[in-house]
Amino acid sequence: MLAYLIRRLFAAAVMLVVIVMVVFSIFFLFPKWAGVDIALSFVGKQADPAAVEAVRQKLGLGDPIYAQVWEFFKGIFAGRTYSGGGDTIHCAAPCFGYSFRSEQAVWPVLTDRFPVTLSLALGAALLWLVFGVAAGVLSALKRGSLWDRGAMVVALAGVSLPIYFTGMLSLAIFAFGLHWIDAQYVPLEESFSGWFGAMILPWITLAFLYAAMYARITRATMLEILGEDYIRTARAKGLKETTVIGKHAMRSTMTPILTMLGMDLGALIGGAILTESTFNLPGLGRAVLDAIRNQDLPIIVGVTLITSLAVLVANLVVDILYAVIDPRVRLT
Amino acid sequence: MTELSKSGAAVGEPTPASPAPTSFLEVRDLKVHFPTDDGLVKSVDGLSFQLEKGKTLGIVGESGSGKSVTSLGIMGLHTAGQYGKRKAQISGEIWLDGTELLSADPDHVRKLRGREMAMIFQDPLSALHPYYTIGQQIVEAYRIHHDVDKKTAKRRAVEMLDRVGIPQPDKRVDSYPHEFSGGMRQRAMIAMSLVNNPELLIADEPTTALDVTVQAQILDLIRDLQKEFGSAVIVITHDLGVVAELADDILVMYGGRCVERGSAEEVFYEPRHPYTWGLLGSMPRLDRDQQERLIPVKGSPPSLINIPSGCAFNPRCPYADLPKDNVTRTVRPELSEVGSRHWAACHLGKEQRERIWTEEIAPKL
Amino acid sequence: MTTQRTSGRRKQALAAAAAVAALLTTAACGGGDDNKGSSTGAAGFDAANNKVAQASAVKKGGTLKFGSAQDADSWDTTRGYYGMMWNFARYYSRQLVTNKTEPGKAGAELTPDLATGLAKVTDGGKTYTYTLRDGVTWEDGKPITSKDIKYGIERVWATDVLSGGPPYLMQVLDPKGEYKGPYKDTSADKLGLKAIQTPDDKTIVFKLPQANSDFEEMLGLVSASPVRQDMDTKAKYQLHPFSSGPYKFESYSPGKDLTLVRNTSWKQASDPVRKAYPDKITVQFFSDANQLDQRLLNGDLDLDLTQTGMSPQGRTTALKQHKANLDNPVSGYIRYAVFPQSVKPFDNINCRKAVILGADHVSLQTARGGPIAGGDIGTNMLPPSVAGAEGQKYDPYELAGADKNGNVAKAKEALKACGQPNGFKTTIAVRNNKPVEVATAQSLQASLKKIGINVEIDQFDGSQTAGIIGSPSNVAKKGYGIIIMGWGPDFPSVQGFGLPLWDSKYIQQSGNNNYGLIKDKAIDGLFDSYVTTLDDSGKTKIATEINHKVMEGAYYLPFTFEKFINWRSDNLANVYTTDGYSGQYDFVNLGLKNPKK
Repeated sequence: MLAYLIRRLFAAAVMLVVIVMVVFSIFFLFPKWAGVDIALSFVGKQADPAAVEAVRQKLGLGDPIYAQVWEFFKGIFAGRTYSGGGDTIHCAAPCFGYSFRSEQAVWPVLTDRFPVTLSLALGAALLWLVFGVAAGVLSALKRGSLWDRGAMVVALAGVSLPIYFTGMLSLAIFAFGLHWIDAQYVPLEESFSGWFGAMILPWITLAFLYAAMYARITRATMLEILGEDYIRTARAKGLKETTVIGKHAMRSTMTPILTMLGMDLGALIGGAILTESTFNLPGLGRAVLDAIRNQDLPIIVGVTLITSLAVLVANLVVDILYAVIDPRVRLT
Repeated sequence: MTELSKSGAAVGEPTPASPAPTSFLEVRDLKVHFPTDDGLVKSVDGLSFQLEKGKTLGIVGESGSGKSVTSLGIMGLHTAGQYGKRKAQISGEIWLDGTELLSADPDHVRKLRGREMAMIFQDPLSALHPYYTIGQQIVEAYRIHHDVDKKTAKRRAVEMLDRVGIPQPDKRVDSYPHEFSGGMRQRAMIAMSLVNNPELLIADEPTTALDVTVQAQILDLIRDLQKEFGSAVIVITHDLGVVAELADDILVMYGGRCVERGSAEEVFYEPRHPYTWGLLGSMPRLDRDQQERLIPVKGSPPSLINIPSGCAFNPRCPYADLPKDNVTRTVRPELSEVGSRHWAACHLGKEQRERIWTEEIAPKL
Repeated sequence: MTTQRTSGRRKQALAAAAAVAALLTTAACGGGDDNKGSSTGAAGFDAANNKVAQASAVKKGGTLKFGSAQDADSWDTTRGYYGMMWNFARYYSRQLVTNKTEPGKAGAELTPDLATGLAKVTDGGKTYTYTLRDGVTWEDGKPITSKDIKYGIERVWATDVLSGGPPYLMQVLDPKGEYKGPYKDTSADKLGLKAIQTPDDKTIVFKLPQANSDFEEMLGLVSASPVRQDMDTKAKYQLHPFSSGPYKFESYSPGKDLTLVRNTSWKQASDPVRKAYPDKITVQFFSDANQLDQRLLNGDLDLDLTQTGMSPQGRTTALKQHKANLDNPVSGYIRYAVFPQSVKPFDNINCRKAVILGADHVSLQTARGGPIAGGDIGTNMLPPSVAGAEGQKYDPYELAGADKNGNVAKAKEALKACGQPNGFKTTIAVRNNKPVEVATAQSLQASLKKIGINVEIDQFDGSQTAGIIGSPSNVAKKGYGIIIMGWGPDFPSVQGFGLPLWDSKYIQQSGNNNYGLIKDKAIDGLFDSYVTTLDDSGKTKIATEINHKVMEGAYYLPFTFEKFINWRSDNLANVYTTDGYSGQYDFVNLGLKNPKK
């Protein structure tokens, strides 16, 4: 188990290095191949070649990529010192660099944005787990009934409607139409009710999409499990139907659900871009969206690293959880 | 004969017309029909038999003959867990120790399950929950029917595992099904079935999924335990060899009906139905020359939606043309006594069958 | 990364957005307060366009709420180059002189701010002297000195640390590039720039190597704001500029939000320009322009920080249901196509003329959004807000007149004169992130087909403009005969608009803006004489002349004198557009009618 963990963590570390290399390469190489100069876009309307060169130096756009990646990782663990233009700045570990655009240190940006994304992902996950799984189980138990068909139509809608649509629709109705909630984001530490009010629509919107998927998966899995021999055995023992479903069938149904949950949570940390921009939540997704628009490499790298880490950790947790749930799985 | 109601809610609907039987288990005119999009599947279509405590009944037939459905019908597992699907239509009577199960409260039947009547399934790997230890599963089976704490229940589980011949039961009780070998798993399954000292044990193909050597051990175990517990046992199998070892009585099913029934000796040594002859012919026997080919029953089992009119076996029966007036294809034969406690349903004349058996079939076996 | 689930939906999302727009239109206004506008009194359509709306309704206090789909390029006074940043920066920065806080044309005129009066210009326009007002202070209460102003201006030279921002002061005060900026300044006080002298704390003298008649305009830019040396956090200054104005930074989280609060050290008596009505100013940033428009329509926000017009969806709703909240000002931008002379056959003036004459100008205007959202048909290359501009009165190719739908006959004549009677093939370069520009390219493509000119449209990465079309060698290599672009004035003069576009000295190997590669001695000469002409009427005359020369050279096909649809909330008071900031509302003196809202 420990050896397994160490091996997995090592693989994750290698993965992160590769990811950072790839991000750097995409950022630096692709424009080079396309014959464009990133430094130019930083200078302004009337670019003076000397100024362009100065910016190139300052952003470190001239160094080879491996050197930049090395400096980057060194910065995370040991901090790094920037100098140039008659100025020296020390950036203490964990140093993820400074935003090209805003000159903010990247690490505080990440720590500032992360809680928003996390509360979005966790809140939504709670909702979709409860409602998605419940709907899926009910549908499976009442297969072919009006409830089942209704629920599956709603689920199909949920799966196929883009967040952008459901999000804007819910905003239009509840925030701008009925004025039930103020769509303005408020941090949790400032006001719980404000935070809750701002998060509830994003949660519901995001949960709608995922609940739909979870309901469908739950229904299919539950139906499959209900046909298993061991469910018949459970009944043959004289167990109550509620125990048969709630204990024996649910335990097996939860396995794929938990796997999905881990993956989805991991992906959401980095992938809630649409939800965050639709509801204007200042999370990681919006940070990276703005950073891509602004060609702000350090932010892009920082968010990518954090989200990749989230995905990798989520995968690891899922694998461990899997072993906990299913005794047949061994972590080797 | 009671007509099936169209709604399909047949459970408990036909009031038993006849008085309570004296046998421990008595099945009367059991019908289990499944409505499907293609038509009504008549899995069991009028089956009757009795079984006394301490006795073993072997139900024999090909797959699809209705033998497993019969066992599930007795256990009441057809109605449990029929979510949303069109429900099975069951009619007839099943008397267990003086109680008619089909008309009884389903919750009452549930309480009988596992305690009064228990079941062993064909594939112990899939029949055991993969996420719970053997011990947990046995403990659960015990505690449903006994108000004891977990410790006591676990002691009982270890005791049962020991009884069914699992070495180091106190350790193995915490193992998961996948950590057991096939034979051990079936032993554990048997331990779980017997944990509540059931009076009726139904073993549905208990050895089919096992190695030949292990099969014999398991059969021995079932026989020994039956003697010890004095339960009534129904062994369901397609393998006459299994029932030869275990059964007191044999019931041969074909197309959802009983085609021959009698004491094991009678059915084995004086079979009176062409289908039974076929089964005997296709039975592998250790005392026979390895080179000799098995003679399978020609053709395939009948569709349970369109059961052939007349005798269900007529399309596969080599003697179907012998009786006069095409009667095998128009009239369904009823069981008639062909010996002492021996019945068969065949249009062939009694003497005709005796002659065919002694002259044509027996010498080849 | 496993983000496909979301990102794969982007295309659907765009389609859905259109569908949602329709729903929003009804939903946003279905809340039962349809008449919110009139009950609290929206000022009316165009009520603040070049005139002051709700001037008397203004009350002190409250929170003025901006929303923006984009953060500033930088809030550092030295580095900001966006028009909205210059406009907004007046909240927290003061300059020697600044634009008048008046609507329309007057707003483009200069008025003393930190200085007691406009410059005393001597030495044939080469020496500018200012005296500082009494009582002008920083946010910590210390007085603003002439040295702070000098230091602030010196920062413009530190292009390696402080990238961005307009380069004019550097070009005019140090044309040879001798000074290396304050961070590399070896003098003890870091005030080594020779062109600026600070004989005492109240006096500042600018000594120009050569005269430039627009120099005072350049001092009116926010890049000429004072910066105090001990408060200069260099590259990080933009995260919290030290205030010299009536408001100071309370918090700023880039791309998220920005809050200004009153600078208690600022005294109204020291400032003839700023009224400082609200107590607090907030900016909320959005990633999605539609979201911003929804909040504006919903009354959650008072105005759009970027002042570039509403998104098409928001605009449609607003025009239908909240017209009284809208203004339709001229932006100062001209949208146009330009013909690089390096790409044959555009080296021939007649081929350039053929395109100008053959284009359907109404169709181009429609592609830009029509007369209201797009603007009037552009007939020449000087924005109406710039001195010397004649607007549609000067229309040498009758683009808004007889030939507004294109003149095939005349165009074919021009083609014949060019030696290409059967037309030719060429490529239009257009930014891929500007759907409207792509639409104009398609319009052009369709109308040019009628005269035998077959064009291909090449959409390039809009964020890479400077490297792709800003590189003349790349333009020649790719054969971009037609480039679609737009341009607005940095300050409202022909120099502030056209110098980088038309002067041959501004042709650069990358980041070039003289896309037409205009090398006209006459134009260069006119710019040279412009900067030494000190009287306004002379400057105006030269500006007109330059415009004519550019049009006669047929380097450009103007599409529109851009107009846009701008939103003001019901609660906004003392609101007016100003030519000083290209038709934007003048932020600095905005107030609220109901401060409690």
